[in-house]
Amino acid sequence: MSLKPGRLASYLTLLLAAIFFLIPVYVMVITSLKGLEEATLDRMWELPASLRWESYAVAWEKLSPHLMNSLYLAVPATIFSALLGSLNGYVLSKWRFKGADSLFTLVLFGMFIPYQSILIPLIQFLQKIQLYNTIPGLILVHVIYGIPITTLIFRNFYAGIPDEILEAAKIDGNGILGIYRRIILPLSVPGFVVVGIWQFTQIWNEFLFAVTLTSSSQHPVMVALQNLSGSQIVQWNIQMAGALLAALPTLLIYILLGRFFIRGLLAGSLKG
Amino acid sequence: MKPIKRSRTGTVPEFHSQTGGRIDEKWVGFLLLLPSLAAVAVFVYGFIGWTGAVSFTRWNSLVPDWSWAGWENYLRLFGNFRFQSDLRNTVVFTILFIAVCMILGLTLAVLLDRKLKGEHLFRNIFIFPMALSFIVTGVVWQWIFNPSTGVNLFLGKMGVEDPPVWYVDTRILPGVEWGEIQAGIPLALIPVVIAAVWQLSGFTMAMYLAGLRGIPDEIREAARVDGAGEWQVLRQVILPLLRPVTLSVIIILGHISLKIFDLVVAMTGPGANFVTDVPGVYMFEATFRGNHYAQGAAIAVIMLVMVSLLIIPYLVSNMRKEADL
Repeated sequence: MSLKPGRLASYLTLLLAAIFFLIPVYVMVITSLKGLEEATLDRMWELPASLRWESYAVAWEKLSPHLMNSLYLAVPATIFSALLGSLNGYVLSKWRFKGADSLFTLVLFGMFIPYQSILIPLIQFLQKIQLYNTIPGLILVHVIYGIPITTLIFRNFYAGIPDEILEAAKIDGNGILGIYRRIILPLSVPGFVVVGIWQFTQIWNEFLFAVTLTSSSQHPVMVALQNLSGSQIVQWNIQMAGALLAALPTLLIYILLGRFFIRGLLAGSLKG
Repeated sequence: MKPIKRSRTGTVPEFHSQTGGRIDEKWVGFLLLLPSLAAVAVFVYGFIGWTGAVSFTRWNSLVPDWSWAGWENYLRLFGNFRFQSDLRNTVVFTILFIAVCMILGLTLAVLLDRKLKGEHLFRNIFIFPMALSFIVTGVVWQWIFNPSTGVNLFLGKMGVEDPPVWYVDTRILPGVEWGEIQAGIPLALIPVVIAAVWQLSGFTMAMYLAGLRGIPDEIREAARVDGAGEWQVLRQVILPLLRPVTLSVIIILGHISLKIFDLVVAMTGPGANFVTDVPGVYMFEATFRGNHYAQGAAIAVIMLVMVSLLIIPYLVSNMRKEADL
């Protein structure tokens, strides 16, 4: 089989790009599998002589409490914000009242703001209600600031459900909540998967709220990882093992459910 | 999207509450939305107002001081070396980052759109960085561009005598005197741009690919029948049709770049002479390291204004477009 020159050039370009995208993965994986004496600056690109797992043991010891914090944060926050987004999206797509579109636009703005611009009052508020430096406090914050994106994705998702189905349910005597429970929710599974993956990934990876609203023992994993890599005394191979551990959950989700991940990616941007 | 058709003539029964009285279900809908609307009103708009108020006070220590300072905090910022550097860095970073993401993303999308074998695999490889956090990205790229290892090992093997020192470089090109700072491109920002491009060009590609898939083949065929070559079809037919995608890409990448924070923290920090500093980092350090709350608030407000200039026209035009449907 012969390749046309155009095709060959295409493949070569794609291959080069793929190498660029995989370089950091290569560095992370091989370095994390090296022992202390092998993880030196001049041998960065060399494969490890033998597979050594001790850097994972050390990284795990340092990060595991924070991985758990992130889990306790991301799972409930994702569930609550998906439920809220589903309800909002349902009302905004199927029960539009006068002015609903303007209100929705005002809500959407909240998704783009730099969170620095709400951080100072947010901290004071959390201190006042005694949720500062707690995981429940962070959950509350992520649920609230997740409202715009989850509402947007569900609103677009429900727009694809024909109004005729709702009309039929209305004739059968269902009200707004009855229709939601009997008709909309059962049809919402793909929407929940997309929103769930999106929110989990965002919350797991988030840094600004995490670093300003919690301290030491309550830090989610990304703050702990940053502290690990920021300290000069921690070995490089351990930093890489830590980075891989911290990235693993969202990476696994991407590998297993990539299709939905990409849908969420596009849903948040193509149709404002 | 059409609104729910509700008959006023009575052919479709109106809803009845359990007690038999008529209620307008749209009011129930509004009530269901109310908690979210209230939360956004307080936590977004209310808190923005609060931050705005703080930015006009003298609260620059641990103890809140609400005495009025007027524009003092803003004036001090705009005259200050660090903040001027931040503004320069933000502009440079934003332009480079968006430009490279768009070129790379569009190229990859056009190539993948030719239905090559392995399209799926390539696409997954290009997008996976989106699943990672900026912190992980920063931690890894920081080592790749570490002047004593990483890329420079290759350059050394290739016989480069004086390899670049990457994010440690304090040079600014061309470095024209401007206010307190030198205007130009801080070389130290380039590794940060590369890391950010690595993370988000796959997203750009996905956007363009979705756009390309939305263009019917007939349009391309018609152009080919008219004698246009592949390159001409791309330039004169496809690219103009992708303009709305390009706009979305600029908006999304632009607002990410204007508020970039975690990547810089993880990769370089403010840098010597603030060559890699950005407003997000300055705000964080001023507020939470220096307890200069009023100054931090002023930086936050400026960040918000920059993002709003980009976002509000987009949101409003989107709303109008939907209203026309």
